[in-house]
Amino acid sequence: MAQIILIIVSAMFINNFVVVQFLGICPFLGVSKDMKSAFGMGIAVTFVMTIACLITFPIFGLLKTYQIEYLEIIVFIFIIASLVQMIEMVLKKFSPTLYNAMGIYLPLITTNCAVLGVCELVIDEEILSILQIETMNLGYAVLYGLFAGLGFTLAIVIMSGLREKVNRLPINKHLKGFPIAMITACFIAMAFYVFALI
Amino acid sequence: MKKTNIKTIAVDGLITSNPTFKLVLGTCPTLALTTLAINGIGMGLAVTFVLICSNLLVSLLRKVIPNQVRIPAFVLIIATFVTVVRLVLDKFMPSLYSALGLYLPLIVVNCIILARAESFASKNCVLYSMADGLFTGLGFTFALTVMGAFRELLSSGAIFGVKLWDFEIAFFSSSAGAFFTFAIFIALFSYIESVVKKQKKIKDYAELVKLKEQSAFVGTTEAK
Repeated sequence: MAQIILIIVSAMFINNFVVVQFLGICPFLGVSKDMKSAFGMGIAVTFVMTIACLITFPIFGLLKTYQIEYLEIIVFIFIIASLVQMIEMVLKKFSPTLYNAMGIYLPLITTNCAVLGVCELVIDEEILSILQIETMNLGYAVLYGLFAGLGFTLAIVIMSGLREKVNRLPINKHLKGFPIAMITACFIAMAFYVFALI
Repeated sequence: MKKTNIKTIAVDGLITSNPTFKLVLGTCPTLALTTLAINGIGMGLAVTFVLICSNLLVSLLRKVIPNQVRIPAFVLIIATFVTVVRLVLDKFMPSLYSALGLYLPLIVVNCIILARAESFASKNCVLYSMADGLFTGLGFTFALTVMGAFRELLSSGAIFGVKLWDFEIAFFSSSAGAFFTFAIFIALFSYIESVVKKQKKIKDYAELVKLKEQSAFVGTTEAK
């Protein structure tokens, strides 16, 4: 139980994907202009990350038994790309409302480093010491993927809320757009830094 | 429409459409790996290598790859070269390999490479595509190195590991410092660009006035 709580807190706050590990910065800056689309993007990313972990983790075990680990990048990116395409088709067929909510964000997710990042992270050996566990298993991997995705959603929603306010302020024209968004992100990062101190 | 030649490609890649400061692409490694200048150079050169090779192959195959499957094909090409870089670094530069860590496989999803393949290499000849890969990559390397040197200097008082003074601000080695540094660099780049543009405008205007005076002078003498 303590293990599970540690994974949740670590994935969501201490090693937050966006502001601590800098994964998925492109959508974090690009799709955070209003809160509704930010939330849609966050949920779509969480969904894909969880399923990607569920599929790539056993496949890496398979690659390992045949000693072809070096193919991991090519295999992973192909799995993610086809997975995104498949999710899009399944949603379109069975859940039009959900498709309308996240459909436009799905194609963008293929090139989101957060998804490939989480697949690479859960097979990395360094994560064992971070999460204080002896061996990684599928359950932990999926849990990590899910809560890393929720951490991403949390960060992007906070960011969109702040940006909605910041955009109404009079700002120097050179700071407008990306620079002021990054400074906003800087303050979010400081807030998340507190979790690392606990 | 600008004419395509090596010089415009170089200026575009390095300055006018610098991938980091101007287009703000490939932000993840930029933020994560600029804690040390040397990591910035390592990452930049790895990306440059992948860019040149992928641009070369995409440009060679641009008439073979069907339009509908071009994105998966580009991703496969990029993933292949990233695997090459990863294996080479693992064997010959283990220290850089561990410093780049997770961000090395993530070069695959670096938007700069896919953007250049899609918008340049799939439309231009092999030589230009390779030049474009080289200069865009160098622009990226330049940006990462400058930011890395800045953060390293302020967070540890050293550049490339050479200690200059005992003055440390831990903020700049943290993740918040990364966002802050990137923000001020983009703003600075935009400021310098606007100043240069303004000066060019003034120069153009002065020339215009001169021309007008000359023509007026010619006009008056003719009237006489």
